[in-house]
Amino acid sequence: MCTDCGCSDGSKATITNLKTGKVHEVWRSIVGHLHDAGHIHDHSRDQNHSHAHNHDHHHHDHDHTHDHDHGHVHGRVDLQQSLLQKNDALAARNRAWLAGREVLMLNLVSSPGSGKTSLLERTIRDLNGKLPIAVIEGDQATANDGERIAAAGAQAIQVNTGTGCHLEADMIERALGELKPKPGSVVMVENVGNLVCPALFDLGEKAKVAILSVTEGEDKPIKYPHMFRASSLLLLNKTDLLPHLDFDVDKATAYARQVNPSVEIIQVSAKTGAGMTDWYAWLSRQLTLVSL
Amino acid sequence: MHELGITRNIVAIVAEHAAGRRVTRVALDVGRLSGVMSEAIRFSFDVVAQGTCLEGARLDIRDIEGLGRCRICATQFATPALYTPCACGCRDIERIAGEELKVREFEFETSEHRASASA
Repeated sequence: MCTDCGCSDGSKATITNLKTGKVHEVWRSIVGHLHDAGHIHDHSRDQNHSHAHNHDHHHHDHDHTHDHDHGHVHGRVDLQQSLLQKNDALAARNRAWLAGREVLMLNLVSSPGSGKTSLLERTIRDLNGKLPIAVIEGDQATANDGERIAAAGAQAIQVNTGTGCHLEADMIERALGELKPKPGSVVMVENVGNLVCPALFDLGEKAKVAILSVTEGEDKPIKYPHMFRASSLLLLNKTDLLPHLDFDVDKATAYARQVNPSVEIIQVSAKTGAGMTDWYAWLSRQLTLVSL
Repeated sequence: MHELGITRNIVAIVAEHAAGRRVTRVALDVGRLSGVMSEAIRFSFDVVAQGTCLEGARLDIRDIEGLGRCRICATQFATPALYTPCACGCRDIERIAGEELKVREFEFETSEHRASASA
């Protein structure tokens, strides 16, 4: 435990390299920085910030009914600081790091059970030898998904967020350092299954890809508009099940466009492979854009 | 419940700038379309602030309504939802307000000049 910054007040995440089996325990402190358990760290950056300008710094001469009889010093600091500034700054750093290596990173978001992992397994197998793919798997607990990805033939890093409901940019920074993706490769981040929180936290990805399976409601896009609005591509998955369901594809598509007029939509079945070539074409197009 | 993490950020940001001074009031801007509920921040603030220099501070949240401008007809209009279209039918909307999520300011008092006599 760190008594200086109160790490124990934060939450714990673990990062597992599925190839080496190496596990890092990561404490996320209340002051927002991340470090290894049993760490030695330098707090020199926690010094006073001279850019916070204090004003209205004055003495009051007024009668108080509470427990002091003469004026004390009050002050007001005008901050105007975004609550997500730290995460956004780290995400920008990740983005620059990836761009410098011409690596395409995508942030895959969906509800639990939409078929993200199966879709990735199929993608890895189909593109084996054509496109190097590495995966950062985010789940609250277990390395099950990371192991499935590794079995499909891709390098995988499992991030367990513990109590956290989404991945944040600092976890990705650490995972990328473990992965060391090669130039021209793709890093797929499989975010924690959750249509709410991951929309707010930029990881430094090139684009968010939302996955909606046809076993869910058509109105998911308008129920969770932040997520569908933030996504560049919508993969409508499990289309092989359509004959057995009342799911209305046109309705779902219309809802998605209502929230996000520019979203691209591709219908796929990770099981039968239908539509997967369109998804791969989208992937290679994105990869060309990265290396421009 | 990402508001717990967001509240942690509020406490972290303010504590960093307060540099040990006792914080008495924190003012936030929270847009109705920011994806964060101000009620949930209020709910978790006291717990998160416990044991920090923000303990006991008053939380002053300004909820900001959604406001958009149509990129086609330039009309300004209220956007209660993220995807509220313009009356002209256009969905290409520039957001003017409603997605704010920031600490506007905070107030503090320093203890060194305080007297302990009670009134």
